[in-house]
Amino acid sequence: MTGFVAVLAATEDIPTPDVDWSAIAPNLILMLGGILLLTVVSVVRGRLPGWFHAVWTISVATAAIVAVVPLWQRVQDSGPESVLAGALVLDGFSLVVTATICVSVILAALLLEAYLRRERLGGPEWYVLMLLSASGGVTMATANDLVVVFIGLEILSVAVYVLAAMHRRRVSSQEAGLKYFVLGAFSSAFLLYGIALTYGATGSTNLSRIQAFLADTVITQNALLLGGLAFMLVGFGFKVAVVPFHNWKPDVYQGSPTPVTAFMATAVTAAAFAALLRVYVTTFGPTYRTEWQPLVAALTVLTLVVGAFLAISQTNVKRMLAYSSINHAGFVLLGVLAASAAGDAATLFYLVAYTFMAAGSFAVVAVVGRRGDGHHDLSDYQGLSRSRPGLALVFTILLLSQAGVPLTAGFLAKFYVLAAAVESGYTWLAVLAMLTAVVSAFMYLRIVVTMYFAEPEGEPRRPRIPAAAGLAMGLCVVGVLVIGIVPGPLSDVANDAVSQLVAVGR
Amino acid sequence: MDAIWLIPALPVAGFLLLVVAGRKLGDPAAGWVATLAVAGSFVVSAAVFLHLLGLPAEERNVTVTLWQWLPAGSFQVSFGLFFDQLSGVMCLFITGIGALIHLYAVGYMKGDPHYSRFFVYLNLFVASMLLLVLGDNLLMTFLGWEGVGACSYLLISFWFTDPANASAGKKAFVTNRIGDLGFMLATFLLFVSLGTVNYTEINAAAPKLAGVTATAVALLFFLAATGKSAQLPLFVWLPDAMAGPTPVSALIHAATMVTSGVFLLTRLSGVMAEAGWANGLIAWVGVLTALVAAGAGVAQNDIKKVLAYSTVSQLGFMFLAVGTQNYVGAIFHMITHAFFKALLFLGAGAVIYSMAHEQDMRRYGNLRKYLPVTFVTMGIGWLAISGIPPFSGFWSKDEVLAGAFNAGPAGPVLWFLGITAAVLTAFYMTRLMIMTFFGGAEHWRTDAAESLPEGGADEDAELSVAGHDTGHGAHSDDAGHDHHHLTPDHTPREAPVTMLLPLVVLAGLAVVGGLMNLPFSHRLENLAIWIEPVLAGEHELPGAAVLWVLAILATAGAVLGVWFSYRVYQQHKVAPEKVEKPVLAHAWYIDETYAKVVGGPGEASFDAVAEFDQKVVDGAVNGVGSGTRWIGRALRPLQPGFVRSYALGVAVGSVLVLAFVVTRMSL
Amino acid sequence: MSNPLSAFLRDYLTVGIFASLAFVLVGLLLFISWLVRPDRRQAQKYIAYESGVDPVGDMWSQSQVRYYIFALLFVMFDVEAVFIFPWATQLEVFGFFGLIEMTIFIVILLLGLVYAWRKGVLRWV
Repeated sequence: MTGFVAVLAATEDIPTPDVDWSAIAPNLILMLGGILLLTVVSVVRGRLPGWFHAVWTISVATAAIVAVVPLWQRVQDSGPESVLAGALVLDGFSLVVTATICVSVILAALLLEAYLRRERLGGPEWYVLMLLSASGGVTMATANDLVVVFIGLEILSVAVYVLAAMHRRRVSSQEAGLKYFVLGAFSSAFLLYGIALTYGATGSTNLSRIQAFLADTVITQNALLLGGLAFMLVGFGFKVAVVPFHNWKPDVYQGSPTPVTAFMATAVTAAAFAALLRVYVTTFGPTYRTEWQPLVAALTVLTLVVGAFLAISQTNVKRMLAYSSINHAGFVLLGVLAASAAGDAATLFYLVAYTFMAAGSFAVVAVVGRRGDGHHDLSDYQGLSRSRPGLALVFTILLLSQAGVPLTAGFLAKFYVLAAAVESGYTWLAVLAMLTAVVSAFMYLRIVVTMYFAEPEGEPRRPRIPAAAGLAMGLCVVGVLVIGIVPGPLSDVANDAVSQLVAVGR
Repeated sequence: MDAIWLIPALPVAGFLLLVVAGRKLGDPAAGWVATLAVAGSFVVSAAVFLHLLGLPAEERNVTVTLWQWLPAGSFQVSFGLFFDQLSGVMCLFITGIGALIHLYAVGYMKGDPHYSRFFVYLNLFVASMLLLVLGDNLLMTFLGWEGVGACSYLLISFWFTDPANASAGKKAFVTNRIGDLGFMLATFLLFVSLGTVNYTEINAAAPKLAGVTATAVALLFFLAATGKSAQLPLFVWLPDAMAGPTPVSALIHAATMVTSGVFLLTRLSGVMAEAGWANGLIAWVGVLTALVAAGAGVAQNDIKKVLAYSTVSQLGFMFLAVGTQNYVGAIFHMITHAFFKALLFLGAGAVIYSMAHEQDMRRYGNLRKYLPVTFVTMGIGWLAISGIPPFSGFWSKDEVLAGAFNAGPAGPVLWFLGITAAVLTAFYMTRLMIMTFFGGAEHWRTDAAESLPEGGADEDAELSVAGHDTGHGAHSDDAGHDHHHLTPDHTPREAPVTMLLPLVVLAGLAVVGGLMNLPFSHRLENLAIWIEPVLAGEHELPGAAVLWVLAILATAGAVLGVWFSYRVYQQHKVAPEKVEKPVLAHAWYIDETYAKVVGGPGEASFDAVAEFDQKVVDGAVNGVGSGTRWIGRALRPLQPGFVRSYALGVAVGSVLVLAFVVTRMSL
Repeated sequence: MSNPLSAFLRDYLTVGIFASLAFVLVGLLLFISWLVRPDRRQAQKYIAYESGVDPVGDMWSQSQVRYYIFALLFVMFDVEAVFIFPWATQLEVFGFFGLIEMTIFIVILLLGLVYAWRKGVLRWV
C-alpha cells in the first residue's frame, strides 16, 4: 500500500524505455502485417480475391525473414543485446527461431490457399490469425522476461485456438478448437502460477536478473523456486505435448483443418521449445540444472515411448502423425535435456528440420484428405503410388526423413540430438531414443508400404494437387534433402546461434 | 585415380535416367541402359583395380572425399569413398556379376508391364550396394545398408498384386529392421568409445577398445549381419524372398546383398580381433545355420526354395570362416559362391522360363534333352557347390573348413558339423539336378499340378509364400503371356541368348574361380596375399599333411552325398519320403513358431499397447475417481470423459511432477 | 528461522489459521443447528424456495448469438476503459511515450471495431 502511495506522490517521470525499432522489426512486420491485412479488408469495398490474402501473408513473412538477416549480422558482429528495457533479447537463437516461424507461416499459407479454395471457405481471418499467432511465437522466442514469455504464449495460443475451430462445417474442427482452448487455458494457468512462484523465489521476472540472482545467491529453501520450475514445466510441457500432458494433441491435430495442424506442428512447437530452452537451459541451466534434469529425463522417456508406441497402433494417418510428433517432441526434449551448447544447437537444428518434415507431411495429408478434409484413413492411401506417383514419392521422402534415414534432414536432426545427449551423460536415454526411433520407423514405413503395395478397394482416386500445395510440398522436400545432404550451412548457423541472456543496459 | 566416384555414380545416373525416361525407353532399351551403366561401373572398377595392382601393398588404397557431410564440431563425417584391396574385390564382383544379371534380366523380364521400373530398382540396388562397400565410414555403409534393404523389399514385392509377395516383402522388412537396430547401436557405441566412425581410424584404434565394448560392438554388428545375411535366428525371410523375380534372387538374395554382413565383419576385422568370445559365437551360429538350412534344403520341391536354403547354408559357411577369423576364406567363399550361386539361380530361372513359370520340381524331369545349354552350365554350378575338385566351390569350402579345423579346441567339432552340412549340400543339389534334368519321365506330361500333394512349407500360415505358383500368377496375367498353365503338351525351349550368355560366362568363372587362391604354395594364394594387408586377427591354416587329409575327406563326403542322392532319386533304391521328412520340409518349423509367437502373444501385446491410451491412461484417471469416491459424491461424474478427463490427465501429471519436486525440496 | 523466506511463509500461517478458524466456526454452527433442529422431511420442502419460480423445461436454453458478439464488444470497450483510466490519472508521469503507447493501443482496438462494423455486427436484425 505504501508503494502505491509513493508512486502517486512521485511526480518525476517513470523511466520509459528506448525503443530500438530495428531490433524488433521482424516481430513488428508480422504483427503490423496481420493488423494491416485486417484493416485493408475492412476498408476496401467488395471481396478481395482469395489469393490476395495468401500473397500478402507470404510477402509479410518473407519481409520478416529479410529483416532477420541484418539483425543476424549485427548479432554476429557485436554480440547479443537486450532491447526494450530488457524485455526482449536479440541473439542468434531467437533470430533463427524467428526465421523458422516465418518459414512455417509461408508453408502454411501456401497450404491454406489451396485448402480454402477446395473447402469453399474464405476470408482473410485465417491469415490474420496466423500472422498474429506467428508474432506471438516470435515474442516468445525473443522474450527475456517471464511475463513477456506468457504474453507471447497467449497471443500465439489464442489465435491458434480460433484457427483450430475455423472450419465451420466440420464438427470435429469445432471440437478440436474447444478442447484446445479449455485445456490450453488450464495449462496457461499452470505456467502463470509457475511464473508467480519463481518471482516469489527470485524477486524478478526478468530472466537475466533471475540468472544473476541465482548465480550470486544460495537459496537454502528452494521450495518456491522448485515449485515454480515444476509448474512452468507443466505449462510448457502442455504446449509442446510432453507426456503426460499430451493427450489433447491427437484429437486437436486430427480435428483441426490440416493446414492449421501443419502450422501448429511447426510454428507453435518451435516457439514453445524456444521459450522452454531459454528458461530452463539458459536461465536455470547454470545453477539449477541438476534439479530439473532428472524430471525432464523422466518426461523425455515417457514422451519418446508413448509417442512411438501409440503411433503404430493408429489407422488414421493424421492421428499417426500427431503421435509421431509427440515422439519427435521427445527427441527435441533430449536436446534440451543436454543443457549444453551442443544441445542448444541440436535443438535448433531439429526444430528447423522438423518444420520442413512436418509441414510437408501435413501438406500431403491435406491433399489426400480431399474435399471435407476427412479422408485420412490408412486405406485412403492405398494405391497412391499408382494414382499419384509424385505425391507418393514426396510423402515417402518426408516419412523416411521423419524416420531418420541417412541423407535426409531427419537423420542428422536425430543424430545431433543424440550426440548432445550422450555428451551430457545421457547415453542410456540416447539408446532408448534410438529404440523408439526404430519402433516409429515401422509406422512410417507402414504408410509407405500402404501407398506402394496395397490394392485400393475399388477405383483408386486421384486427389487433385493444387499449385500452391504442390509448391509447399516441393519446398519441403527440397528443404529436407538439402539439409540432409549438405547440412554444413544449417549446422554452422545452429552452432553460431547460441541462446544467451544479456543483462539490461547493454 | 579419383575416378572411383564413377563406380557408384554410373548406376545412380542409370537410375535417374530410368526414373525420368524409363517408360519412354521401354522394353528392351531401358534394360540395356541399366546394363550399360553397371557394365561401365565394372570397367572403372577393373581399371582402378589394375592400377592398384601396380602399387606396393601398403599404398593400395584410394580415398576420395566427395564432400564433408557432417562438418565441424566434435563429430566429422565425410562423404568419402574408400577403394582398397577389400572393397576393390567387392566392387569387381558386384559390378561384374551385376552386369551379367542385368543382361540376363533384359531377356527374363521381357514383356513385363513394369519393365522399366524393374531396372530402376535394380540400378538403385547396385548403386546402394556399391555405396555400402565403398563407404569410408560406418554411416556411409549404413546408408548403403538401408538402401539395399529398401531395394530388396521393393523387388521382393515387385509383383505386389499377389498378396503373398507383398507379405514376403514385409517379412523381409521386419526381420531386417531387427538387424538394423544392431547396426545403429553398434555404430553409436563405436562412436562413443572411439570418437570416429571412419573404418581406417576404427581399425587403427581398435586395440584401445575395452574388451567388453569390443565384444558388444561385435555382437551388435553380428545381429545386423544375421538380419541382412539370413543367419539363425533371422533367416526366415530369405526363402520367402524368392517371391521376387529370379534375377533379383540371383543378384540380391544370393550373390551380393546377403553377403554384406560378411563384408561388414571383415571390414571391421580390427574390432573383431578384440571381440573375444563373440567370434566363437559367430562361428557356431554360422555352422549351425549351415547345417539347419542344408537340412531344410533336402525336402523342398520349389526349385528356387532349394537354392534359397542352400544360400542360407553357404552364408553359414562364410560366417563360420569369419568367426574363426579366417577372413580370406570368407571372402574367397563369398566370391566363388557368388559365381556358382548366381549361375544356379540364373539357370533355375532359365528352366522356370522355359517351363511356363512352373517352379515345382516334381513337374520337371528329363529336361536335359530340351535345354542342353542350361543343363551343362547348371551342371557346372552343381559340381562347384557340391565341392567336387577342381571346381571353384571345392577350393573355397575346403579353405573355410580347414580354417575351422584349426580354430582352437572346438575346431574339429566345427569342422565335422561343417562337413556334414557339405555332404547334405551335395545331396540336395544332386536331387535338384536329377529331378530337373534326369529321371526319364517328363512329369509335366503326366502329373497335373492339382494332383500333387502340397509339399513342404508351402501350405503354412499366411506369413509364408504359397509355394509352387510363387510370383507367376500375377506376373503372367499382367504380361499377357499365355504361360500361366503348364500344359501336358508343352515343349520346353531354350531361353534367349541374352539369358544364356551370362550362364556361360558364370559357368566359366565357376570352373576357374578356385585359381584365385590355391593352397599348394603361398605364392599361389593370390587372394590371401592381396587382402591380408587390410585384415587384422590371427589365423593360420593347418599344415600341408593335415590339409591334404581334410581335402580328401571333404571330397569323399561330397561324393558320398552325390552317390546317396543318386541312389534315392535316380535308381529309386530308397523311397524319397524316408529322406524328405516333414520337419525338414517345414524348415524345422522355425518360421511357424515365429508366426505363432508374433501372431499370438506378440499381437496380443501389440493390441494391449493400442488400447493403452484409451483404457489404461483413462482407466488410471477413472481409478483416481473411483478410489476417491468415499470422499463424497462430488467426484462421481468422472466418466471416461473427454475434455475433463484430459484435464484430469494434465492435473495428475502435474501432481506427479510436483511430487518429484517435493522430494528435492529443502525448506 | 531467520531466513526471510521462512518469515515470508510464516505470514501465510496467519492466513492459514484464520482460514481454518472460519471452517471450524461454520462447521460448528451447522453441527449445532443439526443437533437441535427437528428433522421432518416432506416433499414440499424439496421444491424451490417460497418466493422462487418453479423451474420449467431444460436448463440448456439457446440465446441469440448476437448477444455474444455484443458481449464481446462490451468487453472490448470495458478493457479499454480499464486501461485508459489509470493512464489518464498519471498522464504527466508517463509523458509523451505514454501518449504514443496509448494511441497505439486505442488504434488497434479501433481497427477491430472497424472490422466488426464492416462485418455487419453492429446492425441489429
